Amino acid sequence: MYFFFLFSLLQFNYFEYVKSYDTPSDEGGSISLEWQIKEEFISEENPIKFFEIYRSEKKEGIFENVGFVLSQYNYYEDKGLKDNKDYYYQIWAIREKDTLKSEIIGPVISRAQWFNKNRFNVLVITIILFIVFLYYIEKARKGERLFIRKISGLDAIDDAVGRATEMGRPILFSFGLGFITDVVTIAALSILSKIAKKAAEYGTRLIIPNYDPIVMTAAQETVKEAYLEAGRPDLYREGDITYLTSDQFGYAAGCDGIIMREKPGAIFWQGYFFAESLILAETGHAVGAIQIAGTTAITQLPFFIAACDYTLIGEEMFAASCYLKPEPQMLGSLKGEDFLKAIILVILIISAIIATLSIVFKNFYFLNNLYELIKNIFTIK
Amino acid sequence: MIRTQLPLIITFFTGMLLIVTFFIPHKPFGDLEQRFLIWYSIISGFTVLLGLDSLVKYHLTKLKKEFNIHSFILLFSLFLTLILGFYSWFKFKTPFALNSPFMYLYTYVIIPLQATMFALLAFFIASAAYRAFRARTFEATLLLIAATIVMLGRVPIGSYIWKGIASFISTIFPKIPYEELAKKEIFALISDWIMNIPQNAAKRGIFIGTALGGIAMSIRIILGIERTYITK
Repeated sequence: MYFFFLFSLLQFNYFEYVKSYDTPSDEGGSISLEWQIKEEFISEENPIKFFEIYRSEKKEGIFENVGFVLSQYNYYEDKGLKDNKDYYYQIWAIREKDTLKSEIIGPVISRAQWFNKNRFNVLVITIILFIVFLYYIEKARKGERLFIRKISGLDAIDDAVGRATEMGRPILFSFGLGFITDVVTIAALSILSKIAKKAAEYGTRLIIPNYDPIVMTAAQETVKEAYLEAGRPDLYREGDITYLTSDQFGYAAGCDGIIMREKPGAIFWQGYFFAESLILAETGHAVGAIQIAGTTAITQLPFFIAACDYTLIGEEMFAASCYLKPEPQMLGSLKGEDFLKAIILVILIISAIIATLSIVFKNFYFLNNLYELIKNIFTIK
Repeated sequence: MIRTQLPLIITFFTGMLLIVTFFIPHKPFGDLEQRFLIWYSIISGFTVLLGLDSLVKYHLTKLKKEFNIHSFILLFSLFLTLILGFYSWFKFKTPFALNSPFMYLYTYVIIPLQATMFALLAFFIASAAYRAFRARTFEATLLLIAATIVMLGRVPIGSYIWKGIASFISTIFPKIPYEELAKKEIFALISDWIMNIPQNAAKRGIFIGTALGGIAMSIRIILGIERTYITK
């Protein structure tokens, strides 16, 4: 016993501190370790190569190597553990010529937490978002008139459908490579509903090649419903809303083929697009179709703007359902969005000023601390 | 009633649950999002059959009416891939064996076809850029100037042109040394500035708007205000 105590004391001397604790804000099964080796044991002649982490379930038991970290790190997270069970740890600093061992630390147990403290800021912001949206929805429900700016891309839908009808050509609608789990696909479905209704009224054929079978099914249902609403269920053709392929360029080639053969009078690119966006939009332009695009893929927006007649930029797509069906509740949520945008703008301007001042006046710690505080508030860990 | 109300209840319950799980790491909430994604993957795996059914039915109907070369090639390729896949599976234990006929089809037919489609992008970019850069308005002129500088800043010829300009300047103003001026790489510097400052600012503006729009849309869906995805 005395020997063990002396041995532990000798071991402890190499490290400034060794800490082990249950990893905070996690789903359990994890213990974090932190350590700092004493300055006098860090030398260029005998440098530390790496640290090895040893674990045991008993203090006097056999310690097994569970991992290692490079010498520049002093943190290790031991995962895959059983909750509510005692664990003991020892850190070995593997140096060029010898090995320094820490004291045995423990017992430490891991537990699952019921609240992720790192996401407290997100919770507060989420609650604020909900309150703002609900406030404006309620306001709109009470009958307050809310202004919504003109979105030319959505206003042009009727013209585009009308043009295709006059030319005796079909309409082509594409969701791009979006899945039903993408919010933008849901937004595109509401645009499709409006187009399908107009197409049914005018008796114009609507072609929808699909990349995802689930989106295809949703599109079939939406179009069927729109045709029913327009009183023309007889015009609905399930064969026009087909699955094409789940290959990116295969889909582009398929759509291009349809465009070249069918020569649609109006084309709607609504959804999520990647590198195929310009291939599609340029082919549409080549057949002289009026094209209305809408996407949240920022990298593809310039291509659509260059090749299409109208482009719904990002949020305009999400506003489409409210714009096309201006119910008070829908408009309320749009107004809430605008209010939040104004708040974000103010926060951005204030943060930019503080960040600039904190760099200009480096010795003025209050500004630096304030900037760090703002940064922490809006950082998701 | 059930047809419209039940999906709304499920959406509300699932949406709220996923928001809550973001803040609760404890089981069973912690890994619920991952579990939902696994469920979605399983369901989407089955929907491939749905897609296949739609595709085959559509082209078979077309072929029955009259012979269509496109439909014939599509169905032929589809079944050939399927047959070669099964054959490779039986012969090599996996269709992905490098010397299997299935992989031969993938390497020498599908990949070149994909590369061909991607390569077409170069020509489409040229034609779209020509239209976009025509200096008809003030904005289009700005776009043209910015795009020219960015392009020159990203290609070796930009550096070569700048060296020529630097030589010209130092000939007119002998006090300005050529070597120092040539080193500046003005096109690259302006290009970086355009990409990092105005381009990034515009991109982030759109990004913030899109994110807020997405949140508003999600809240509308969760609360059952947005119902366009539900048929009556």
